[in-house]
Amino acid sequence: MEHIELFFKSIFIDNMVFATFLGMCSYLAVSKKVSTAVGLGAAVIFVLAITVPLNWLLDQYLLQPGALKWLGAEYVDYDLSFLSFIMFIATIATMVQLVEIIVEKFSPSLYNSLGIFLPLIAVNCAILGGSLFMQSREIQSLGLAFNYGIGSGIGWFLAILAIAAIREKIRYSNVPPALRGLGITFIITGLMAIGFMSFGGMLTGGDEEAPKEETTVSIEKESIENVTFSTVQTSEDKEIANNIKVNE
Amino acid sequence: MGLLSKKDAKLITDPLADDNPITIQVLGICSALAITAELKASIVMAVSVLFVLGIGNVVISLMRNIIPSKIRIIVQLVVVAALVIIVDQVLKAFAYELSKTLSVFVGLIITNCIIMGRFEAFALANGPWKSFLDGIGNSLGYGVILIIVGFFRELLGSGTLLGFKVLGDPIEKTGLYAIGYENNGFMLLSPMALIVVGIIIWVQRTRNKALVEDH
Repeated sequence: MEHIELFFKSIFIDNMVFATFLGMCSYLAVSKKVSTAVGLGAAVIFVLAITVPLNWLLDQYLLQPGALKWLGAEYVDYDLSFLSFIMFIATIATMVQLVEIIVEKFSPSLYNSLGIFLPLIAVNCAILGGSLFMQSREIQSLGLAFNYGIGSGIGWFLAILAIAAIREKIRYSNVPPALRGLGITFIITGLMAIGFMSFGGMLTGGDEEAPKEETTVSIEKESIENVTFSTVQTSEDKEIANNIKVNE
Repeated sequence: MGLLSKKDAKLITDPLADDNPITIQVLGICSALAITAELKASIVMAVSVLFVLGIGNVVISLMRNIIPSKIRIIVQLVVVAALVIIVDQVLKAFAYELSKTLSVFVGLIITNCIIMGRFEAFALANGPWKSFLDGIGNSLGYGVILIIVGFFRELLGSGTLLGFKVLGDPIEKTGLYAIGYENNGFMLLSPMALIVVGIIIWVQRTRNKALVEDH
């Protein structure tokens, strides 16, 4: 049940394009023809399905606060989460290069039709965004991460497919000249986003995450750090005082 | 401008209007749409991009002769990621609430296409000083759109600017609210960002017919 819920949620409710505006640049640039849109969409699904679970493993066993405890008890306090951007983007860039090499080897025709899009995927915010949302929404297991990757990929695919189809048709309509091209695409996307908002109550009537807890926890952490810092200071003061006494 | 030659000054002024990264080059749209419900967030985002693109362009330009072209994307990503980590940590330290609102979008500066686009199109072919100006110009052009969108969304959506009540108090019914004005809460939702940008593009292209596309 959890899986089905997450799957539908990532396709419709949290749709990458309409709810969070990820991957907009390639969404706008590559949506002039349905055939290229399908190629890019498929590549995005594929790359998301690989990188989100991989980054989940990285996050779980390397980056999270306390994730290094498999190395030994003395590593429990380590928090490498500030490195997550660089690790995630490295994974993504490597995977994209790997996919590129494999596709070129096994299916040159597909490789030629995808052309420049494959390397472009490395800098598609939808891919990095998938991994970052996976981290910030605290997805629980590897299976769910895989599910989330595929789901949001499909959501992105649907969005680009729909806009490409509309743009192919709109060529025959009488759009005001200044609005042609980019302008009307923006406005259509806005209208589609309004449509997709109606999926909001589909599953549970809208379940809100609780960011408040996070903030309080981190504030507590900060205050603890402050406390320890001040104790350190006071102990230093004492030492200095002792030294002064000794000197006297 | 006495400080800059005419050619250099063009590097800064062009992206502000006629070669704007968002409305003409179609780069860096995601963040422009997602975080513009508040003016404050838009300004912080614009400043962050200014920092990352200004420095990143110089770094890439300095390294342009020693980067093998096959792995240049990875090199560029690493440079940007390092700069973005700095921005993210600074925001977390000094403006924690704001970094919560921006959530993953600070991280997404890494994949902001403006950055990669300018690296590819400019920094790899030009010297550091020119690249610096180009970076500043493009991020200002990006910032201008962000601030316009943020201004209208916050003003019409919640009646405030930077958190100050500009149109009066909606609960006590003062100011504009006294004559029956209501906040348009829809402006705060994501679809309106797209439509506002669409309208900006419309206005821009009506004023400058040379920019009109043929479908």
